[in-house]
Amino acid sequence: MNTPLRRVSLAVMVLILLLLGQATWIQVVKADEYRADPRNARVLLDEYSRQRGQISAGGEVLAQSVESPDPGDRLRYLRQYTEGPLYAPVTGYYSQIYGAGGMERAMDPVLNGTDDRLFVRRISDAITGRDPAGGNVVLSIDPRVQRAAYEAMTRRGYQGSVVAIRPQTGEVLAMVSTPSYDPNPLASHNGEVQQEAWEELTEADPPRLTNRAISETYPPGSTFKVVNTAAALEAGLISPQTPVTAAPRITLPDSTTQLENYDGKPCGPGATVPFATAFAKSCNGPFANLAVQVGPERLRAMATSLGFENPALTVPMPVQPSRVGDLDDGASLAQSGIGQRDVRLTPLQNAMIAATVANGGVPMSPHTVAQIQGQDLSTVDTTEPDRLARAFSQSTADTLTQLMIGSENNGSGEGKIPGVQIASKTGTAEWGASPKTNPPHTWYDAFGPVPDPQIAVSVIVERGGNRGEEATGGSVAAPIGRAVIAAALGGDS
Amino acid sequence: MARPTAPGAHSGAPGAPGIERPADRTAMRPAVAAAVSTRRGVELALLAFAAVITTGALVLVEANQEQELTWALLYLGAAYLGLLAAAHLAVRKFAPYADPLVLPVAALLNGIGLVMIHRVDLARIARAASLGNSEPTQEALRQIGWTAIGLVFFVGVLAFVPDHRTLSRYGYTAGFVGLVLLALPAVLPASLSEVNGARIWIRIGPASIQPGEFAKILFVVFFASFLVVKRDLFTTAGKHFLGMTFPRPRDLGPLLVAWGVAMAVLVFESDLGTSLMFFGIVLVMLYVATERISWVIIGLSIFGAGAFAAWTFVTRVQTRVFVWLDPFADYNGRGFQVSQGLFGLATGGIGGTGLGAGRPELVPFASTDFIFTSLGEELGLVGIAALLLLYCLLATRAMRSALAVRDTFGKLLAAGLGWAIAWQVFVVVGGVINLIPNTGITAPFVSYGGSSLVANYALVALVLRVSNAARQPAAEKRPGAAPGPHQGPLAPLAEASTEMVSRDQVRTPPHGVGHQPAGRPGPGDPTDRAPRGRTRGE
Repeated sequence: MNTPLRRVSLAVMVLILLLLGQATWIQVVKADEYRADPRNARVLLDEYSRQRGQISAGGEVLAQSVESPDPGDRLRYLRQYTEGPLYAPVTGYYSQIYGAGGMERAMDPVLNGTDDRLFVRRISDAITGRDPAGGNVVLSIDPRVQRAAYEAMTRRGYQGSVVAIRPQTGEVLAMVSTPSYDPNPLASHNGEVQQEAWEELTEADPPRLTNRAISETYPPGSTFKVVNTAAALEAGLISPQTPVTAAPRITLPDSTTQLENYDGKPCGPGATVPFATAFAKSCNGPFANLAVQVGPERLRAMATSLGFENPALTVPMPVQPSRVGDLDDGASLAQSGIGQRDVRLTPLQNAMIAATVANGGVPMSPHTVAQIQGQDLSTVDTTEPDRLARAFSQSTADTLTQLMIGSENNGSGEGKIPGVQIASKTGTAEWGASPKTNPPHTWYDAFGPVPDPQIAVSVIVERGGNRGEEATGGSVAAPIGRAVIAAALGGDS
Repeated sequence: MARPTAPGAHSGAPGAPGIERPADRTAMRPAVAAAVSTRRGVELALLAFAAVITTGALVLVEANQEQELTWALLYLGAAYLGLLAAAHLAVRKFAPYADPLVLPVAALLNGIGLVMIHRVDLARIARAASLGNSEPTQEALRQIGWTAIGLVFFVGVLAFVPDHRTLSRYGYTAGFVGLVLLALPAVLPASLSEVNGARIWIRIGPASIQPGEFAKILFVVFFASFLVVKRDLFTTAGKHFLGMTFPRPRDLGPLLVAWGVAMAVLVFESDLGTSLMFFGIVLVMLYVATERISWVIIGLSIFGAGAFAAWTFVTRVQTRVFVWLDPFADYNGRGFQVSQGLFGLATGGIGGTGLGAGRPELVPFASTDFIFTSLGEELGLVGIAALLLLYCLLATRAMRSALAVRDTFGKLLAAGLGWAIAWQVFVVVGGVINLIPNTGITAPFVSYGGSSLVANYALVALVLRVSNAARQPAAEKRPGAAPGPHQGPLAPLAEASTEMVSRDQVRTPPHGVGHQPAGRPGPGDPTDRAPRGRTRGE
């Protein structure tokens, strides 16, 4: 009887081994998947039992966690947003049911305290017996600039986005998307309140949860002429004095399609005008021709070095990549040269282009997080400016600056700041299925003051704001951009 | 035939005087009675160790739950140690040669279970407080009461069963009572028997017991005594097929009866766990008694067929299988409990969240059927592995006693009890971690539940009783010799329906009492099984 007894003992061990194997499968192999499952309330309860770090900018607290006012609340801390809609595109939201968005998501490891950079603090908290809490995130956003941009947009009821960058560092000074939303109801501990807010926001038209500054791409229209010109200047194809066609319309290469200037008028009285004039008046013909001269490779390369085609860009929220699109035939190349056809970019990308010109041809990696702090507000990490590869030479940058000053001075001038020289380029981009009847998107890319630029800004007002089909970048978007620059320079907007 | 027996022992008269068997580890012990260590000191030290771990775990829970750390915790630990010390003294008095590992392992499992039940209590109290409800009863306090009752049963079994062989005389009684216990909940009105859909309870006033836990032990006793008598019948005849000897159809009777009972439990009591438990124990005991793997194969086949039929007709079984295949398929409904359990386990990961620092209360039945997910969450894979190894140790110590004891009834009894523990652990833990369909039975010693705890302490007492017989020096067992100081009167061998087996691990000289006279080989001796079956021709 002993042989089967030994076999049964062996069977006992096999059973235990099977259990250990399955336990390992669940607790090691599948652990991360199950732990992160949104239905697993443990992670959530844990998160809400620690004080999440705050998000601040320029000394103002934008988001913070406070003890829940309801003593019976099983979640201990409530997330609060001081000026919800103003900062929502940056802060994002923090919802038990719907997860997190924006900075709340991108900087979650810091805010919840699990980031490796906070490791030493965690140890010291454990030793000193302080309640574990998350780290704080300090943004590079300048509240004055942000507020000026947001108010300029909302006062007029505009739908669109404003992005402002410090050209020398890549710090994002403003990131506005309108219409915006209030993240507070999404952070409510009442599931119904969350659900109601979420349904309202996700069904909103125009969309409100989308951060247009980085998650939406638009045709750049004439603002793309800066890229086109930069490529041409770098290739030595052109100078401000080069005579270019003044014809009101040209026929696109490889096709019979006519491309005409915005107002259908000639660019000048004679057959040709100097290139600088064409740039200032934003005539389409010369730039369509120029794009063909530059060729698809150089145009695409210039766009790429300015930040296009980069799916990995984060600020630290992921940025929708900007695309040059298809440049295969002459017609599409020519149309792309004036920022139409398949060219699509984010407002952030357009601000980067202006900032690069302002910074003498060196693009700086854009970022919104200036500092990471421990829960005691001591600095743990500071974001250092990150220079990207030079996109074009200093002399190209100087020439572009002069061309953009010409463009600025040619414009209508609403909201101009006395004593401050701005360099800019406007854009009026056709979009959608019926581009001639849609109200166009209007752009304004600018930096100032020349010669010592403090801020580069890109403004897009979707559907021409309130000016209908007559809207132009100069009339709709430019006043907003100027107000933002004025705010950055300390003036009142 | 894994034993390194000398070749001569196979062909020659087994156990004949003068044949020297190779000694194994146990044989190295001195044969003189006075020199055989009782190893009770080891047991006491290990019990103290179990009490220290339990108290330490309790302190961790309180610290992590921000409860006040008071001396009361230490008193609790001391009280626990006191209970164990009483059990230990009983072992010293009634079973001085018993295996020293068994009681400490059971005590440690019990202790960790108590700590986890207390921990879930704290969570339930906090929840009730936040909802403004009245404070729920503390299961841990009740479980301490059950521990005391369990230890009374433990001492009682040791005291009133001085020799396990006496039990073999009550085999049919045990079987009958076991059957009644098993069937009672199905016969009783549902109001008295049904809890959470399974009719496996008997509720009398405030107390409720799960008779299945006691039936488990009674069935092991019954099958051990039954098989001792009948096993010759099962092993002698049969057909060779596919390299195995299959039993004659008419000998399949007992297996079919067991199968019928298992199926009845499944269908009438909707209790997959008890059914699986019961049949698994029967199969293994049949295998140990007959040494024929064919029994296992036949048994598994008919159980498989029965289970398939049950799966086709019984909704509850369908539900369990459905959840097993994909716990998340019906997350908010049928799969909720298992899914929550998996989340808890995964959140615990390798190291666990730490005692008192997890959220085990999110899983329904966190202190009973699903206590292993609570433990897995807070102690991690490391803790689960440690607990499983404790169970493994408990079961294999029982097997060890089965190997060492010299009568076939004792062998079958210890093997059946040891297997019952391991199999129950497999069924319950496997169900909880989704290795097999979840069945809803309790983890021995760990889960909250009085019947389970009391029954398992009785079970452990029986294992100790057998191990005592296995390790007791022959001088004290010899009927003619003066009985040992703590020995009750031994039942005369002839009256007990068991057979003595010559040990292949000789601890006593060949003239020892347990040794078979030459020429009448013991039926249980592995060295002569195969030839005897054919030559005897009964």
